[in-house]
Amino acid sequence: MASYSTNEFRGGLKVMIDGDPYNIVENEFVKPGKGQAFNRVKLRNLKSGRVVDRTFKSGDSVEAADVMDTDMQYLYSDGEFWHFMVPDTFEQHAASETAVGDAAKWLKDQDMCQVTLYNGEPLSVTPPNFVELKITQTDPGVRGDTATGGTKPATLETGAIVKVPLFIEEGEVLKIDTRTGEYVSRVKE
Amino acid sequence: MPPSIISEVWHPAAAPDVVRFRAELLARLRGYFTQQGVMEVDTPALSPATITDPHLHSFSLDTATGRRYLHTSPEFPMKRLLAAGSGDIYQICKVFRADEAGRFHNPEFTLLEWYRLGFDQYALMDDVDALLFVILHEIKDLQQSVRMSYRDAFVQHAGLDPLTASLQDCESCARDRGVTISGELDYDQWLDLILTHVVARAFTDHAFTFIYDYPPSQAALATVRNDASPVAERFEVFWGRMEIANGFHELTDAQEQRRRFEAELNQREVLGLPPVPMDHKLLAALQAGLPDCSGVALGVDRLLMLALGVDDIREVLGFPWGIA
Repeated sequence: MASYSTNEFRGGLKVMIDGDPYNIVENEFVKPGKGQAFNRVKLRNLKSGRVVDRTFKSGDSVEAADVMDTDMQYLYSDGEFWHFMVPDTFEQHAASETAVGDAAKWLKDQDMCQVTLYNGEPLSVTPPNFVELKITQTDPGVRGDTATGGTKPATLETGAIVKVPLFIEEGEVLKIDTRTGEYVSRVKE
Repeated sequence: MPPSIISEVWHPAAAPDVVRFRAELLARLRGYFTQQGVMEVDTPALSPATITDPHLHSFSLDTATGRRYLHTSPEFPMKRLLAAGSGDIYQICKVFRADEAGRFHNPEFTLLEWYRLGFDQYALMDDVDALLFVILHEIKDLQQSVRMSYRDAFVQHAGLDPLTASLQDCESCARDRGVTISGELDYDQWLDLILTHVVARAFTDHAFTFIYDYPPSQAALATVRNDASPVAERFEVFWGRMEIANGFHELTDAQEQRRRFEAELNQREVLGLPPVPMDHKLLAALQAGLPDCSGVALGVDRLLMLALGVDDIREVLGFPWGIA
C-alpha cells in the first residue's frame, strides 16, 4: 500500500486515518528550537465531512487513501441509487443516497459532475459549481414590490427550492450556484 | 527562443523595501557588536563532522576528500576559536537544515550566533534583550520581556510540572487541550509537543518571552546545574509562539560532551537514522580548555518577520526554497 511521509503533506492529499479516508485541508510544520518536529494537520473525513486536528511526528508516514476524483455524467436515479457514467470508457457507477447527499437536489440528467471514488466505490458527489434548472412552480410576483429587493421561493425541476427575485416567473430557466444554493441569473433560451 | 517559452518565476519573493530592510538590520546587528567589542568571525560551512542531534538533519555532499556536511549552526568551529583564545565573537552566516520547511522554516536560513566569555545564562539573556531593544525600534509599544523558567511556563500555561510529570500526565494534558497525536511519543517528545502546541501558544505577542532552565534531558550543549532537581542552563526566546533564539551556558567538559554525542548516536541508531561522524576536533578543543562562556543562536529571518509584522518567512527571503 502506498504511503506518504509528512514531508509530502499538502492540501488535497488523501490519507487513511483510523480506517477512514481523509483529505488534508491544512498542514503546518511546527518545531521547538531543538527537539522533535511535528506536522499539525487539519483533515476532513471524506465519509462524514467532519474536520479534525491531528499532529504527526515529522518523518512519520501515513497510508495513502485509494481515493480518486473522476468526472462523470449523471444518468438517472432509480429511487435507491444514482447512476453515473465515465464518458470516455462508458464505465458506470451507482452511488448510494449517503454518497450523493445534498448533491441530489442539483442533479439533472446528462449533467457532468465530480464523483469521488474510494476503493472503486462512489464516496461522494460534487455537482458542477453552476447548474441551469427550470422553475416548475412559483407564485406570481406582486407588482411594485421589485424595488424593495424582495424574494420569493421557487421550486426547480429537481425539487430544490431556491429564493428568487419577485419578477421571476414559472417556466423560466435559472442559473444557480450550487456551492451557496443561491440564484445567480436568468438563462435566456 | 520566443519569450513565451520562458515561464520561470524569477522575481524575488521579498519586496524591494524588505530586501533593503534586511541590509539595514544586518548593519544594525554589526553595529551593536562593534560597540560591544565583540569580534566578527568566519568559519567553514562544510565540515567532515556534524551535529549528532537526532532531530537535526544535515545536508551532505561527497567531495574528492570524502563526505562533507553543511553546518546546521557554526557552533563547533566557533568554540574552537574560543578555546584558541579569540575572546568574545559573533558570526552571521547561512546555515542549513534538511526537511525543515513551513511558515517559520526554510531549509537554508540566516543565523546570528555569538559567545560572551564569563557570562552565565542570565547575563546572556540580558545581552539578548539589550540587542533586541536596540535592533527592533520599529516595533511600537514593545513591552518589557517576560522571563520564566521552563517549569513555571508549563505549570502556568499547561498545568503540568515538566520535571515530575509521568507519560500519562503528559498524554492527558495534551488530550484535555484538544491535541491529538498519531503514534507513540517518549518523554521529551511529549514535552516538545506540549511546548509547541499548548505552552508557546499562550505567550504574548507584544513582548519577548525568555524560557530558561530546561529539563536535563534537553540540555543539548548546555551545562547542567545540580540543583535538588537538576536543570540545564539553556534558554529560548519566543515572540508569541515563534521561537527566535536558543542559548546555552556552554558545556566545557570534554568527557561529558563525548558522552552526549555517543548517547545521541545511539538514539539515531534506534530511530533508524543514518550514523554521522561526531566532531573530534571540538572534543580536542574542549579538552584543551574552553573558557567559561555562554552562547546563543538567533534566527535573523524571523527577526525580520517580526520587525515587519509578517507571518510567513517566505515574505522576508529574497528567494525561498521553492524558487531558489
